Amino acid sequence: MAALTAKNLRKSYGDQEVVAGVSFAIVPGECFGLLGPNGAGKTTTLRLCLGLADPDGGSVELMRHPVPGDARAARARVGVVPQMDNLDPDFTVAENLLIYGRYFGIPDRIIRERIPQLLEFAGLAARAGARIQTLSGGMKRRLTLARALINDPDLIFMDEPTTGLDPQARHLIWERLKRLLAQGKTILLTTHFMEEAERLCARLAIMDRGRFIAEGSPRELISRHIEPHVAEVHGDGVMEWADGEAGALASRVEKSGETVFCYAADPAPLLASLALRPELRYLHRAADLEDVFLKLTGRELRD
Amino acid sequence: MRALAPPSVSLRFVPVWRRNLLVWRKLAVASILGNLADPMIYLLGLGYGLGSVLPQVAGVSYVTFLAAGMVCSSTMNTASFEAMYSAFSRMHMQRTWDAIMNAPINLDDVVLAELIWAASKSVLSGMAILAVIWALGLTGSPLSIWVLALVPVIGLTFGALGLAMTAYAWNYDFFMYYVTLFITPMIMLSGVFFPVNQLPPAFQMVAAFLPLTHAVELARPLLLGDIPRDIVLHLGVLLAYAAAAFYAATVLFRRRLLK
Repeated sequence: MAALTAKNLRKSYGDQEVVAGVSFAIVPGECFGLLGPNGAGKTTTLRLCLGLADPDGGSVELMRHPVPGDARAARARVGVVPQMDNLDPDFTVAENLLIYGRYFGIPDRIIRERIPQLLEFAGLAARAGARIQTLSGGMKRRLTLARALINDPDLIFMDEPTTGLDPQARHLIWERLKRLLAQGKTILLTTHFMEEAERLCARLAIMDRGRFIAEGSPRELISRHIEPHVAEVHGDGVMEWADGEAGALASRVEKSGETVFCYAADPAPLLASLALRPELRYLHRAADLEDVFLKLTGRELRD
Repeated sequence: MRALAPPSVSLRFVPVWRRNLLVWRKLAVASILGNLADPMIYLLGLGYGLGSVLPQVAGVSYVTFLAAGMVCSSTMNTASFEAMYSAFSRMHMQRTWDAIMNAPINLDDVVLAELIWAASKSVLSGMAILAVIWALGLTGSPLSIWVLALVPVIGLTFGALGLAMTAYAWNYDFFMYYVTLFITPMIMLSGVFFPVNQLPPAFQMVAAFLPLTHAVELARPLLLGDIPRDIVLHLGVLLAYAAAAFYAATVLFRRRLLK
């Protein structure tokens, strides 16, 4: 039984179709990732799934409740970490959890039992009485995560949970999400950090212009869509080299700014050519999800 | 289609109302004093100051006449400001509504909570000014206790109208239009400071459609010791404004926030 099923979802704003026929199902216990450039329709898809916007077409079933019709009941079993922090600035850290728990109709006694564990989980045990304005960005994100867990949800929606965080804070969030997955929670994650998706998601979909353009595990996507070897080349004369012999040595050559990306199944001829040109500097590495992402969604800016 | 459907509300609004109460409790004394200061200045300044050079108005001293107007207008102001500036802060600046709607609470529940909260806060304000009126001996009638039943209705009416404005507003400046184009002229036309029958007939016609007029028509006799006339009509107008404005607010908020 799926935790969330979306069928052929559609949503337009004016004449722009932001979500253009999206279908997916999330099984309990998995972490499903929605990857896409800014404006791909990720957040709108989440809003449709939560019943916060009415779809123009298609259907959603969330925790066995039809959405938006029965969204209240569905959301009772769900936690949400929104993209923008919206902690309640009129309250302390612990009060934020208490007030939020009440929104779920949970008795105060039970919320008060949960608060110390949640603060512990969020690494905020010492800050229970602190005002929200005194917290760092990472602390706010962790508190938002703790708040999303106040109702002990089965499914957690996370909209770009680590955007704007420093690497330390990001790694801490990832570690906590892995703990939640180990506890059997289901996670729906949107991100544009490939590393985040590769580390956390068992399955993911790449979304662009309102559609899913690829779906699978990170490994499947890499092996299906991209050559296994990549050389990133830069230095004087790299563009001439790229237009010249590189074309014959790599199966695909892409230019982005000052750098040339060469994709190949067999890297040996490429590396031999580069060895003869000391003015070119290069990094040879295995293809990763970012290569897939850039191949499928293009390298140009999206804002 | 959900866009024009009647409000779908539930008791889930209660924790949202409690949230606002908890914030208010942190600043309760300052809030009550703030809500009391303005009507007190008018009541004492105009009532005794201007009143000392006036003959009797409608058969009573001016300060006694003014008392009912002050109860109604201060209740209206408190409800309006809470439903506009404070609700706008929670909705737009703090994104508190967004957080609440991720819990099992619908937008309509949130709007209802804001309405009941604005009315609740205005009741405190109306009661405070009524307490002052009793303390100053401006009314001796036991009928004045009925003003306590009227005050929540005034709060609902102007809370709902304020919320409809908030649903339209993109910044705080927008509320100034509502205050200067609607609230302030209405205070002048509704019998708060002087009897409506002093107005030219055309303005009396306009006054008959203004909700504050109907509030004053109920509050003034009660404070003077008379049973108001046309109680059902006046209450009906106030409640009709409240219901229509609440419906408009839910439709407008849905269009704005549930896109």
